[in-house]
Amino acid sequence: MKKEELLAKLKTIVKPYIQDEEAYTKLSEETDFINDLKINSANLVDVILDVEDEFDIRIENDDMEKMVSVKAAMAIVNEKLAAK
Amino acid sequence: MTSKQIINLLPYQHPFLFVDELTAISSEGITGNYTFKKEDYFYKGHFKNNPVTPGVILTECMAQIGVVCLGIYMLKDEIANENEPKIALTSSQVDFFLPVFPGEKVTVVSEKEVFRFNKLKCKVKLLNEKGQLVCRGQISGMTHIFA
Repeated sequence: MKKEELLAKLKTIVKPYIQDEEAYTKLSEETDFINDLKINSANLVDVILDVEDEFDIRIENDDMEKMVSVKAAMAIVNEKLAAK
Repeated sequence: MTSKQIINLLPYQHPFLFVDELTAISSEGITGNYTFKKEDYFYKGHFKNNPVTPGVILTECMAQIGVVCLGIYMLKDEIANENEPKIALTSSQVDFFLPVFPGEKVTVVSEKEVFRFNKLKCKVKLLNEKGQLVCRGQISGMTHIFA
C-alpha cells in the first residue's frame, strides 16, 4: 500500500480516540500515539482492533507492544499485508 | 472456578460490593445477582425522602458482575490467590428504563463482545425480579496483573 494512503487510513482510524487536537492536525510518521496524541491504553486497544478490521489482519501481543507510533503502526501493517 | 472463588477475588468490599451470587459463567458471558439493602448509604441522599437506587450504582453493579467477575473468570490461569488484579473501568454507555427501589433484587446478564490485550468489552443488561429490563449498555474495563 502507498505510504500516503496508509497514513490517511491510520489518521481516520485514530481520530475518535485522540485527546490532543493540535497534534492530530499535524499528524505525521513521527507522531507518537501516547505522548503526542494522548491516546490512553484502553483506546489504544480500540485503535488496534480498528486497524485489524480495516486491513483484515491479525495483530499479536508482541506487535501491540511495538505499535506506539504512526511509523511503527505503518511498518506492522505493511509487514502483515505482505505476509497475507 | 466457583461463584464464591470469583467473588472472593473481587477488589471490593462493603459498602461498595454489589455482587451476591453468580449463577452462570462461561468464557462467553456471565449471569449474577444482587439485592439492594434497604439501609444502603446512598438512599439517604438519593433522593431526599424518596429512596431510589442511583443510576451510577446500577452501572457499578453491572460492571462488577458483568465485566469484573467475567474478567476474573477469564484470567483464572493468570490469577493466583495472592496476586490481586489491578483493574480500571475504561468506558460505559448505559440507557435506563425503570427505577430500582430499596430491597429489590436485580439480575445482571453480560455477553462478551471483545476480550483482547487485557481489555474486556461487554454487552450488559440488568433486570428486576419481574424480569423487566431496568437498564442496558456497553461497559469496558482493563486489567494489569502484577506478579
